[in-house]
Amino acid sequence: MMEVMTANYAAAYAVKLARVGVIAAYPITPQSSISEKLAEMYVKGELYGKYFLVESEHSAMSMLIGASYAGARTFTATSSHGLALMHEMLFWAVGARRPIVMAVVARALAPPWNIWGDHMDVMSERDTGWMQFFCENNQETLDTILMAYKISEDRSVMLPSMVIEDGFILSHTYEAVDIPDQDDVDDFLPPFDPEWKIDFDDPRRFGGLTMPDWWSEFRYRIALDQEVAKKKIVEVDKEFERRFGRSYGGLVEFYNCDDAEVALVLAGSAVGTAKEVSDKMRERGKKVGVVKLKTFRPFPAEELKKLNDMVPVVGVFDRSYTFGYGGALYSEVRNGIYVPGGGALVKNYVGGMGGKDFTPKNMEFIFEDLLRIKKEGKVDRMVEWINIKDGTGRW
Amino acid sequence: MPKFTIPKEEYVCKGHSACPGCGTPLALRYTLKALGKRTVLNIPAGCGGVILGVWPSYALKVPVVDNAFECTAAIADGIRAGFDVLGVKDAYVVGWAGDGGTVDIGLQALSAAVDRNANIIYVMLDNEAYMNTGIQKSGCTPIGAWTTTTPVANGKGWNTSPKKRIMEMLVANGIAYGATVNVAYPEDFIARLREAKDIKGTKFIHALAPCTPGWRIDPRKSIEVARLATQTGIFPLYKVENGKYSLTKEIKNRKPVREYLRLQGRFRHLPEEAINEIQRLVDEEYARLLKKIKETNE
Ligand SMILES: Cc1ncc(C[n+]2csc(CCOP(=O)(O)OP(=O)(O)O)c2C)c(N)n1
Repeated sequence: MMEVMTANYAAAYAVKLARVGVIAAYPITPQSSISEKLAEMYVKGELYGKYFLVESEHSAMSMLIGASYAGARTFTATSSHGLALMHEMLFWAVGARRPIVMAVVARALAPPWNIWGDHMDVMSERDTGWMQFFCENNQETLDTILMAYKISEDRSVMLPSMVIEDGFILSHTYEAVDIPDQDDVDDFLPPFDPEWKIDFDDPRRFGGLTMPDWWSEFRYRIALDQEVAKKKIVEVDKEFERRFGRSYGGLVEFYNCDDAEVALVLAGSAVGTAKEVSDKMRERGKKVGVVKLKTFRPFPAEELKKLNDMVPVVGVFDRSYTFGYGGALYSEVRNGIYVPGGGALVKNYVGGMGGKDFTPKNMEFIFEDLLRIKKEGKVDRMVEWINIKDGTGRW
Repeated sequence: MPKFTIPKEEYVCKGHSACPGCGTPLALRYTLKALGKRTVLNIPAGCGGVILGVWPSYALKVPVVDNAFECTAAIADGIRAGFDVLGVKDAYVVGWAGDGGTVDIGLQALSAAVDRNANIIYVMLDNEAYMNTGIQKSGCTPIGAWTTTTPVANGKGWNTSPKKRIMEMLVANGIAYGATVNVAYPEDFIARLREAKDIKGTKFIHALAPCTPGWRIDPRKSIEVARLATQTGIFPLYKVENGKYSLTKEIKNRKPVREYLRLQGRFRHLPEEAINEIQRLVDEEYARLLKKIKETNE
């Protein structure tokens, strides 16, 4: 059934379709309308599970960890400061191997206060062990939440997922979204059935004190299972396509890349802009490609390595920055595709932060810059900030 | 001979790693004797988690979920929510936290759980400081006590802030059931938990449990000291049901607080005037309690 809705509502519909057992919510812009829509569905009796109001995001995540230990499928949504407040419990969710799915409506952190979209909040949680899936549009938000449950709850994975939609750009923009049939979703996504949960007849302790030797072992298992997740993600994407007719490329999507001269790697809603600009530039004979990073964790380094053979110059666009170095995507992509003694040249572009418009014109500027670098055969500088008011924004 | 009412079942195994004389294993034993096998404990950072031992074994016969320091009430409510959705009935979900993890860092989650009237039992193990991290002051450290963050030098420096009135905060919030218990009174301890277990909503148990290194006491005197806390009126045993207060242990002739204080190294530095002042504060507080009992039962 097609309906016109925001990505936030699409997320809420996904939660309903996934028959989530326990939802815990605390509002923060631009996430609030997910929590509100779910509250409305709950009051109308449309949800399978229970909806809880908590006093903070820290408690929202805590409740879900508890509920997941009991054996329930769980969901929450947050942004920015809410995600930062959860930070501690994000580690707990991973260490406890609880396959919680959370929508993160990406937004800037204060000060100064800024309610608009960027990726600083998401990137700050990179090392928690959560899987991180970026969405390009509203449909993808709904579909990714359904897939995330299937991937997270797979007994060979058992890791939580963040499904990331860009604040306002997706969260508050209306698009046509296909809402799958409940029966089809039930077929695709069986009920949550964890191997380990609280069992009074087989009492166990979850998360107690562990000595260094075994503790490393637990971390190692998480590391291995992130690798397992890569295969699972591709598999689930294929199954989703078979059942629902939509695919998001698994870990990465190469768009207009086959004969490209340069390519731009990016994640989130800006991918749509990049694809369109690439199409337009190709009409003018400029062979520019787009690489959509669907998953940031696990990081698809192997897949991205192909870029070395595809193009001589790779640009990476970041909506966040790790101060003192460069964009997070940039540093990861650069490390990921690195091959000793060769490979593509890489340059970082930073922009669209804190809700700043990032227009097709800006995107075209980046592609032109990459083509120039290709011609000159060397990268002029490591990082370039786009649309900076004072100074050149280049170093 | 008086009738012995303590259940025989043991859910705490030998081999836990509590210090000699520690009150917490006793509190664990009494709690689980009262609640039985279908109980899950939810334990944050603090001695409560550490004394159960090291993975892969632990010293209880019931499931345990360990958690972070400020989320006990939220995790417990989450487990309850999961059970409710999945139709798991007749199981008790217990938040088992220290005084620091309750009145300080965990207070926000606890107050919200009471706000939701979460159907959980919350036991606060009150050893009157952060003991797991080495005897630092908490919101439950009594006036006059030495801790490593309220050190004593040149006749001053001990803790001067009163114990947080956690029970009153929760009663003001409309908690379903609240009671104080003391490991020196096991039958009363078990009776309160039995009373609490089938009441719907949030139940709060404030359990006094001595810490021998923290209180600077001879492990053999642990129970004697704990009993004196109640006999002197420093830690009266009472309960609050539907807002009504009542004493659960009548103390006919309260002993002077000096007897309690003098057995503990953490109060050794106190001059006579300070002890007299503490006596005055205890009397005042005890009178307040009696007044509340009277008022709420009128
Ligand atoms: C966020 C956070 N801050 C600090 C700590 C360190 N810490 C661990 S246990 C503890 C004190 C526990 O005191 P209490 O709750 O009174 O329990 P007790 O150990 O006395 O039984 C502290 C401060 C922590 N685990 N988490």
